[in-house]
Amino acid sequence: MIEGILVEGLLYSVMALGVFITFRILDFPDLTVDGSFPLGAAIAATLITHGVSPWLALLVAFAGGVAAGCVTATIHNKLKVPNLLAGILTMTMLWSINIRVLGNRANLPLIRKTTVLTQVKDLFGPGFTNAWTYLIFFVVVALVIKFLLDLFFRTDLGLTLGAMGNNQQMVTTQGVNIEYMKLIGVGLSNGLVGLAGGFAAQYQGFADVSLGQGIIIAGLASVMIGEFIVKSNRISILTLRVILGSILFRGLMYLGRYYGYTINLTPNDLKLITGLLIILSLVVTQLKKKKKWTALEEPEKGKS
Amino acid sequence: MIRLEHLSKVFQVGTPNENPAIRDVNLNVKEGDFITIIGSNGSGKYTLFNLIAGTYPPTEGKVFIQGKNTTKEPEYKRARYIGRIFQDPLLGTASNMTLEDNMMITYKKGFKGLRISLNARIREFFRENLEPLQMGLEERMKDNVGLLSGGQRQALTLLMMVLSKPALILLDEHTAALDPKNAQIVLDLTTRFVEEYRLTTMMVTHNMSHAIKYGTRLLMMDSGEVILDVEGEEKRTLTVEKLVDKFHEIRNKSFASDEALLSND
Repeated sequence: MIEGILVEGLLYSVMALGVFITFRILDFPDLTVDGSFPLGAAIAATLITHGVSPWLALLVAFAGGVAAGCVTATIHNKLKVPNLLAGILTMTMLWSINIRVLGNRANLPLIRKTTVLTQVKDLFGPGFTNAWTYLIFFVVVALVIKFLLDLFFRTDLGLTLGAMGNNQQMVTTQGVNIEYMKLIGVGLSNGLVGLAGGFAAQYQGFADVSLGQGIIIAGLASVMIGEFIVKSNRISILTLRVILGSILFRGLMYLGRYYGYTINLTPNDLKLITGLLIILSLVVTQLKKKKKWTALEEPEKGKS
Repeated sequence: MIRLEHLSKVFQVGTPNENPAIRDVNLNVKEGDFITIIGSNGSGKYTLFNLIAGTYPPTEGKVFIQGKNTTKEPEYKRARYIGRIFQDPLLGTASNMTLEDNMMITYKKGFKGLRISLNARIREFFRENLEPLQMGLEERMKDNVGLLSGGQRQALTLLMMVLSKPALILLDEHTAALDPKNAQIVLDLTTRFVEEYRLTTMMVTHNMSHAIKYGTRLLMMDSGEVILDVEGEEKRTLTVEKLVDKFHEIRNKSFASDEALLSND
């Protein structure tokens, strides 16, 4: 059970890291995610059923996500459409595309197919239970992606992306085209989401066109829960807390799903709970800000 | 260095609110000029800067930078040779990033690659450049810029801009949002950098005595036109009284021409 929560938390943390990039670093609320997640799943599942290596399938799922993100960024950049609307447009169009990718079907099972998980299981041998094998595998996956992201955001390009979410004028004044920056940022973000979709399809054993429904809210909730854990301005801590937030969020969802009946909750209420969780996070953040303001009103001591 | 030819900007063309913000401005900025620009609200100083920086295109006319016609170049391209500082200290730096990250971003102009340039050597270079500001910023390179005061942020922005070696710097009332003490510090720093790095500078100010005291050339703007352009000896002997007298002299003339226009109608 605890392994299950951890595995899901780690798997979806790849998606949450993507959401973190758009919402927190770029300040570009991107809703493409609801479409690019099932896109990644659909691409991976289709390729695997056609006998393509599951690792290559993941790579293509990543590329598919990047393409979806670039479409959103281009709509926003070239047609001057607000970023929210651009994301909704791409997400809506992706629903049709995903069904086409799945071969005009709404879902595609992956029973008895070679996935990265079956390969890893073979590698570990029978000495490990499935749950522990998956757990070790996804710990490695999440950490590798986290470290690559940390590295990326330390490069000159990564730093500039970081500044863009905070101050677009500064980036323009620096001689950088912010349209390219948005293309790169939103593309990368959705690439991660597509990759997470690819993993999810292989983990669950099927791809479904409705897999992405509400996934953006789950990602956002994970990011926000993570922000309560620790305060920092270091990118390595910021990405780490997204992963921890994702695990905590899956834990809460698990509690809701299996013990919610004690307070008359059904699994259908989970979306409501997720929304309320986000609202609660927002309220707490607001209260913290207010506290800061009242602290400022008091005379400052020990300052020249 | 910078040449403006018959530059005009009209906002809301073809509406009842049509507003000519810049009218037929011709200007030649020479290398090494330190120009102060003065004028009341709505005189077109801000629009002039936006036209030079490329925030929006002119309605008519051309902008030449270093002999190159840049009228059609977007803002980010022109920004490679222009350093600009705004009145709002928040616009020059990213508040949720550290000092060293901010300095790294602005250190080189243009598109950034996948290289990690922030290393011990460049940190030492930043530290050496922060020390002369005498604000203790060299000890706070890992702090977020959001923790600095407005004056510190504007001084940092100024330093960051100078280190990126622009050909022209546009200072848009960059001390107006600061308290008098910090404004003076940033202004002193500005003149020091302009002399040290021989920067071609255009500085908008509200303060007449600042416009006279600083710089090598003075422009006065009114209703979208440059009505006064003095430099050299004439600029050195200028006083606030003389400037006000000149302003009235020119203003009266324009009143007279308005009357002439009306009577002809």
